[in-house]
Amino acid sequence: MTLTRLPHVHVDLALHTLRNGEGPPLLLLHGLGERSPGEVPAEARAWPGPIHALDFTGHGESSIPAGGGYTAEVLMGDAAAALGHLGRATLLGRGLGAYIALLLAGARPKEVLGVVLCDGLGLAGGGREPGSSSVVFPNPEGVAPPDPFALAELARDVRPPDYATAFVRQATQLSGLDQPISVACADRPEWLEAVVLEPGVVETSPEKALAAYAKLAQAG
Amino acid sequence: MNEAARRPASPAPNVSDPEADEAFLDARAYPGARRPDRQRTVISHGLELAVSEWGAPTGQPILFAHGGFDFAGTYDRFAPLLADAGYRVVCWDQRGHGDSAHAALYSWDADVRDMLAVLDSIGPDPIPLLGHSKGGGIAIHLIQAVPHRISRFVNIDGIPSQLNPPDVADHDRTKLLATELTNWLDHRGRAGTKVRRADSIDGLARRRQKMNPRLSLEWLRYLVTVGARHDDDGWRWKIDPVLRPGGFGPWRVVWSLRRMVAMPVPMLAILGLKEEPMGWGTTGDVALPFLPRNAELLTFDDTGHFIHIEQPERVAAAVLEYLS
Repeated sequence: MTLTRLPHVHVDLALHTLRNGEGPPLLLLHGLGERSPGEVPAEARAWPGPIHALDFTGHGESSIPAGGGYTAEVLMGDAAAALGHLGRATLLGRGLGAYIALLLAGARPKEVLGVVLCDGLGLAGGGREPGSSSVVFPNPEGVAPPDPFALAELARDVRPPDYATAFVRQATQLSGLDQPISVACADRPEWLEAVVLEPGVVETSPEKALAAYAKLAQAG
Repeated sequence: MNEAARRPASPAPNVSDPEADEAFLDARAYPGARRPDRQRTVISHGLELAVSEWGAPTGQPILFAHGGFDFAGTYDRFAPLLADAGYRVVCWDQRGHGDSAHAALYSWDADVRDMLAVLDSIGPDPIPLLGHSKGGGIAIHLIQAVPHRISRFVNIDGIPSQLNPPDVADHDRTKLLATELTNWLDHRGRAGTKVRRADSIDGLARRRQKMNPRLSLEWLRYLVTVGARHDDDGWRWKIDPVLRPGGFGPWRVVWSLRRMVAMPVPMLAILGLKEEPMGWGTTGDVALPFLPRNAELLTFDDTGHFIHIEQPERVAAAVLEYLS
C-alpha cells in the first residue's frame, strides 16, 4: 500500500493505492467519519485494474483544516482532485462517499466510468430541507481524525431529491454510458429514492456493477 | 489634517514608490471616511478573524456584518455616524475577506459560527445587529439560533427574492449546467496556487466598479487602500482567491423566506430598489408578504444595493431612530 499526497486548495489530501497494476483504475470513497480501508474490500477483489482510496478532507490521513465549513460540494472537489491525478476511473462510494460519487459522475461525466453507490455512514445527510437554525460547536479538543466539524456539518448537509437527480441527468446525458449510475444500497433516503427512478440508473449488486464497468473499461 | 490619513490602521503602504504613496494618501482622503478606532483578533475555532471597532469602548455595542466580497472597512463611511452617536460599532472581516485568515473551507454555517465567536467576544448581553447583503443573510441564521443574544435587527438589502442572489454561498442550481460545474471544479483545482492580479489603486477601483457601477471611483479607490495590500508589483485585493461569487450546493429561496417570517426579534428591513450586479433584486412587493409582523420596511427608490454607502446620513438617521 502506498500513499500519495495531493495538495488541493489549502488541504493536503491522502490518496492510498491499495493495489497496483495495469488496467482501468477504481477509486474508493469512504463513508462519513471513516477513512480509506487498509486493504481491498471483498466486493472489489475481482476488479481488473489498480485500486485507490481517497481520504476526504478532515478524514483519515488527509489534513484537518481550522474552523470547519464542510459541504458535500467541497468533498466533490476532493474527489475531482483524485480523479485529476488518476485519469478516467470508476468510483465505488459508501454512504457519504456514494453521494459524493454521484455528484462527481454528474460534474465530471467524461472522466467517470461508472459509479457504484453502496450503503454506509452518512448516506442520508440532512434530508431534503434544512432544519431549524443552530450553531454547531463540536468538541474542538478531539485528538484524532475525523475532524468533529466534518461529522457535524456533513451529517446535516441538505440533499434535495431534485438536486441529486440533476446530477444523474448530467451523467446520463454527457458520460456516453447507458447506465452511468449503479445503486447497490438497501437503504433509500429520499434523494436516493428519486435517483433510482431516473433513466440511466440500474439497481444491482456492487460485484455485478463493477464487473459491468470493468468490461466497458477494457473494451476501451 | 484629514481624519482618515491620520489613522492608517490597515497595513502601511509600501512607500518605496512615491507615486503609489501619493496615490494612497489621495485615495485615503475620502470625505467622512474614518478607519476603525481599534482593531483586535478573535479566534474562531482555530481561525483568526480581524475585528474592527469604531466609537467609545464604553458605548452601547452594535454588531455589523458585511456583504460578500466586502470587508469591515466598507463601513468606514457609515460606522462613524453611529459611533459619533454613542455606539460602539463592532465588525469583523469574514473568513477569507479583508485581514482575516484565508480558510481551507467556506460555508454559510461556518460564517454563522464565526459571527457567534465575534458576538461572544463582545459579551453576554443582547445587542443590536446590522447586516448588509450576505451579512444580513447570515445574521438571520444567527438570530434564529441564539434569539436571546440579539435585541434588534437591521437588514440592509439582505432579503432574498425569487431572483438568484449573486453573493450568497449557495445558489439555487436546480438547472445545473455542465459548464458551470466544470468551471467551479476547475477553479477549485487551480485555486490553491492562484494569486489575484496586481494593479494600481485606480486600476483596482475601476475593476471593482464593474460590479459596483453606482459607487463613485473616489470611494472605490478608498476601498483599495483598505481592502488591498501593496506588493512589489502593485496592489491586489486581500480576499482569498479561492472565493468567487456564488458556488454550488442546494439552496432555495423559500428556505430563507421561511426563516424571515419566523424572525423572533424586531427587524428594520431597508431595501434599495435600483437593480445592479451585486444586488438581490428584492422589491418591497416581494419582501412584504414574508416580513414578520414586528418588522418595519424602508425602501429607497433612487438607490442601489449599497444603500448605506450611497445614502450614509439617511440610513444612519433611520437606524438611530429605530434603535432609540
